[in-house]
Amino acid sequence: MSEIRSELKYVASHEWVRDEGDGTVTIGITDHAQELLGDVVFVELPDVGAEFAAGEDAGVVESVKAASDLYAPVSGEVVAINDQLEDSPELANSDPYGEGWFFRVKLSDQAEMDELLSADAYSDVCDDES
Amino acid sequence: MAIKTALFEQHLSAGGKMVDFSGWQMPLSYGSQIEEHHAVRQSAGMFDVSHMTIVDVTGADAKEYLQHLLANDVAKLSQKGKALYSAMLNESGGVIDDLIVYLMTEPNVTGAWYRVVVNCATRANDLRWMAERAAKFDVALTERPELAMVAIQGPDALEKVKQAVSETRQKLIEQLSLFQGVESEGWFIARTGYTGEDGLEIMIPEDEVSSFWSALLAAGVVPCGLGARDTLRLEAGMNLYGADMDESISPLSAGMAWTIAWEPETRAFCGRDALAAQRLAGVGDKLVGLVMEQRGVLRAGQRVLVDGAGEGVITSGTFSPTLGKSIAMARVPSATSEKAQVELRGKLVDVAVVRPPFVRNGAQVYS
Repeated sequence: MSEIRSELKYVASHEWVRDEGDGTVTIGITDHAQELLGDVVFVELPDVGAEFAAGEDAGVVESVKAASDLYAPVSGEVVAINDQLEDSPELANSDPYGEGWFFRVKLSDQAEMDELLSADAYSDVCDDES
Repeated sequence: MAIKTALFEQHLSAGGKMVDFSGWQMPLSYGSQIEEHHAVRQSAGMFDVSHMTIVDVTGADAKEYLQHLLANDVAKLSQKGKALYSAMLNESGGVIDDLIVYLMTEPNVTGAWYRVVVNCATRANDLRWMAERAAKFDVALTERPELAMVAIQGPDALEKVKQAVSETRQKLIEQLSLFQGVESEGWFIARTGYTGEDGLEIMIPEDEVSSFWSALLAAGVVPCGLGARDTLRLEAGMNLYGADMDESISPLSAGMAWTIAWEPETRAFCGRDALAAQRLAGVGDKLVGLVMEQRGVLRAGQRVLVDGAGEGVITSGTFSPTLGKSIAMARVPSATSEKAQVELRGKLVDVAVVRPPFVRNGAQVYS
C-alpha cells in the first residue's frame, strides 16, 4: 500500500503539493505514482522563471517502463527546481515526498490551493484506479 | 485465468510485484528492476521462467521432424546436451516463434530425442503447429508442464548454483561447456540464458523448485523479475518474440539470418521456399541497434527516420542500466548506415545506428 501524507494536497494526476506558508508551494510525484512508474531514469524539469497555469505540462518523468507527463497542479512561477534529480533520478522512487521533490512554485492565485484534493480524496482516486 | 508457478509463494515472500503475463502471475520486479539488472551484470540473479513451454520430441523420426520444422538444422548438434537457437517459420516465411532445442542423447543413436523450449505467449499456436507438422513423421510430442524452470545468470552464477546443489551436480556443472545441458536425476541443467552473461537454466520438478530457490537465496542469488529480464536481453541484443519479430516478419528482417541453415540445399524446412524467394529479391529492411546519447528513453513503436533511405520503427526500446543511456532495436531500411533520427515525443532526436549486442559479460561491446 502506497504512502499518502495527510499534511499534503494532491491532484488526480498524482502530483503532491506542500504549502510552504510563504506564498510558495513544493511539488513532487506521489508514492503511488512512483510505484506505478517503476524505476525513474530521467526527470525533465521546467526552467526557473517559467510560468504555468494549473494543469499545464511542466515536464516529463521517464521510467524504464514509461514516459509520463508532469502537470503543474497550481498556477504560478517556478522559483526553484531540484537539481539533484539530474544525477539521481532514483530519488523520485526512494523518497518521493522528501529528497525526491521536483520544483517549487510562487503561487499566482492562493485560492487554487482550496481546489486541490485532500489526502482522503486522493486516496479514493488511487483506490478507483486499482 | 491466472496461473501460478510453483514459486508463487516465494515471489510474494520476496516482495514480488506480481503482474499478469499471458495468463501467468509473474513477478515484474521485487523492488528496483535496475538493481536486479545490475545484480546479474555484476554477480548473480535468478528468474522464475516456469511459464515457458517445454516439449520433448521423441520417436524414430525425431531428428527428421525437427529438420523439417525448424529453420536452423538440428544436424549441427553433434554432442550430447548441446543447444541450438532456431526460428520456427510458417509457409510464407514468417516467424511463428523462436526457440531453443537441446539434443538430449548422443547424436544419431537409436532413441535419440530432443527437448524444445518455446515461448509462453505463443504456446497454444506453437503446439498446434508442431502437432500438424508431426502428422507425417513417427514422433511423439510431450509437453512437460510438471517441470519448473529457473534461470540463474551472471558472472558468479555457476559458483553460487554449485553452493545450492549436490556434489554430483556440482561436478556436472563444472563439466558443462557453453550452450550445453546435462540431465541429472530428473533435473536438466543447461548453460544457456537470455541475458548476455554466463549462467544456467535449470528445469526441475515442481515439487523440488521451492527448496532449490531457497538454497539459491541463501547463496546470495538475487531474485529478478520480468522487468530486468527485458532490459538484460535487450542490452544483449536478443530478440523478443512479439516485439522484434512475429508471423508477419521475415527472419531476414529480424536479425535472424544467422539462424537459417541453407545447407544442405535438399533440406526442405517449413518456409524455405518463401524465404529463398525473399532472399533472392531482397527484404528491404533489417534489424539494427540504436543508441541515444541525449536524455530520454526510446520506446517500441516510435518512428525512425533515415536520411535518404526512408522510415523504420523501433521494435524494442529501453533505458540501458549498464550504459546509462537509452538503447533500442529497430527495423529500418536496408540502406541505413550509421545515423538516424527518432521521433521522440514530437521532436526529432539523433541516434547512432549500431550492430547489437550492446553489452556482453558486463561490458559495452558495440562501437
